Amino acid sequence: MLKRTLVILCLLLSGPAHAVLNIKITQGMEEALPIAVIPFAFDGDPQSLPLNMHITIANDLARSGRFKPMDVSDMPQKPSDFQDVNFSDWRLLGMENLVIGSIKSRDDGSYEISFRLLDVYQGKQIAGFRITTTRSTFRRTAHRISDVIFKKLTGIRGAFNTRIAYVTVKKQPDGSKQYALQIADADGFNPKVLLKSPQPLMSPAWAPDGSKIAYVSFEGNNSSIYIQNISTGQRRQVAAHRGINSAPSFSPDGNRLAMTLSKDGNPEIYVMYLADGTLRRITHNPAIDTEPDWAPDGNSLAFTSDRGGSPQIYRVNLDSDRVKRITFDGSYNARPRFSPDGKLITMVHGENGNFRIAVKNLEQGYLDVLTRASLDESPSFAPNGSMIIYATAGPRGSELAAVSADGRVHQRLALQDGEVEEPAWGPFPPSP
Amino acid sequence: MKFRLLFVLLAACLLAACTSTPEKGGGAAVEDHSTTTTTEGGAAGGGGTQGQTYGAGEQAGGKFSKLNQPGSILSKRTIYFDFDSSNVKPEYQKLIEAHAQYLINHPDVTVSLEGNTDERGSREYNLALGERRAKAVKEQMVLLGVKPDQLRVVSYGEERPAVQGHNEAAWSKNRRVVIKY
Repeated sequence: MLKRTLVILCLLLSGPAHAVLNIKITQGMEEALPIAVIPFAFDGDPQSLPLNMHITIANDLARSGRFKPMDVSDMPQKPSDFQDVNFSDWRLLGMENLVIGSIKSRDDGSYEISFRLLDVYQGKQIAGFRITTTRSTFRRTAHRISDVIFKKLTGIRGAFNTRIAYVTVKKQPDGSKQYALQIADADGFNPKVLLKSPQPLMSPAWAPDGSKIAYVSFEGNNSSIYIQNISTGQRRQVAAHRGINSAPSFSPDGNRLAMTLSKDGNPEIYVMYLADGTLRRITHNPAIDTEPDWAPDGNSLAFTSDRGGSPQIYRVNLDSDRVKRITFDGSYNARPRFSPDGKLITMVHGENGNFRIAVKNLEQGYLDVLTRASLDESPSFAPNGSMIIYATAGPRGSELAAVSADGRVHQRLALQDGEVEEPAWGPFPPSP
Repeated sequence: MKFRLLFVLLAACLLAACTSTPEKGGGAAVEDHSTTTTTEGGAAGGGGTQGQTYGAGEQAGGKFSKLNQPGSILSKRTIYFDFDSSNVKPEYQKLIEAHAQYLINHPDVTVSLEGNTDERGSREYNLALGERRAKAVKEQMVLLGVKPDQLRVVSYGEERPAVQGHNEAAWSKNRRVVIKY
């Protein structure tokens, strides 16, 4: 088993106010593709650039677990033009792909970035792009380049230019806790606080267009559901009935919000039509029914219910209201989340006192347990289905981790200060 | 002797007031001692020997004074549960009966029944489980004659652990319903 410790230390350029995630790959794929991301040529002072493009790209690729970027110090040459590449040198090193590029600053303060992805064995270009960017979009551009490389070499759409939402918990000097709902880039950079509260926050859920987040807040001394606009910060309370108001999940079309309410006696699944707030009750069972998640086609919901005596995953068809049990392995399966293609469901799987992240293959029926710790929870698929982010117990409390859907790649995302829980991976950004 | 005890307790009260942790209920308990009455709960005996917590008692004084007498069963406010269970164990019967009797005698008093779980498993399921535990306690009290509108059920799931820690010692203290006056 190949163990690598590639640490990407995320430093904020300004402002000490935000804690920052530190991502460490604890296990990569043995057959990870060797790639060399060569420092991009720049016609000005490299110190003036917002970041080192080649480092951000190499870190992205390494984080996926599918690539093994070469250290810059091991590179036999650092060309930025195609004609300067000495392919035979790279072939001798067993290198398969190169990324070369250059950055030109323009009079209006923007940058023109051109890059090429090269196949060493064939000695030719696989992809080449020119992108104009600004200081403020520089990092996003790096992620977009990573997306292009990832797609060309794996056939899978990259999810580097996406965001995650999570809840941080910080102990205050007086012993109380401060909760903050935050979003950050998928690599942990650019954390932004959406809401701070002395009361618990949980269950952040992204709107499919990435513009809003629904969550549960206990600020009224009971659970209630809010929807908050990410760019304006404006929010509205959508459910604050007597009893539980929780587990929000946006429908794929963004028009409805599934949720759990116990206003009618015990926890049941409801769907709210967001335009007018009307509710449709989906489940009718004296057991606990909660944690709804929409199938990508919008026609059914997966949810947790203990109607059979222990918590298990069920699926309800929204046309017929017919309920079907999905999980049969183990005494505890909860919090289902569909993969973007609808073929898998990830969940918290409890067995022998250990709670781990598992994936159920809906077509073939088998259940794969992906993690090995004992207190894992809150799994959430990346929008390309390649990774699952989740919360796990670290030495200083809850922290985030990620595992590939096939269980081969493992990462830790540790916050330097405080605890992090309840991760939710956001959707792809709208096409530029 | 009695005055001496009162003095010591008052001193403790002052000390408690000086610290910045408001969760200690020592001060309130002292005031109650000065009224020295027997409560209905006291008559019910001090059953339930494991793992009680004492009432926070911030609102003590006046009609609540009987509740906070140390050693009284009414000062015991926590019912503990087994993992993924909302069965109220027989050992808490006396505690629930005592509070039910108090609420029947004080129909203007309302309480919150706060359901909690340990950290294991999923948060949303635990929120539901916490509610089910609180409802199980409510059901018993209503059967004993308490008016349902005196009892407010609220669940915090695993969000408000009483004890930090990733072991059964902590978990067993966190799977609980707290009766909050």
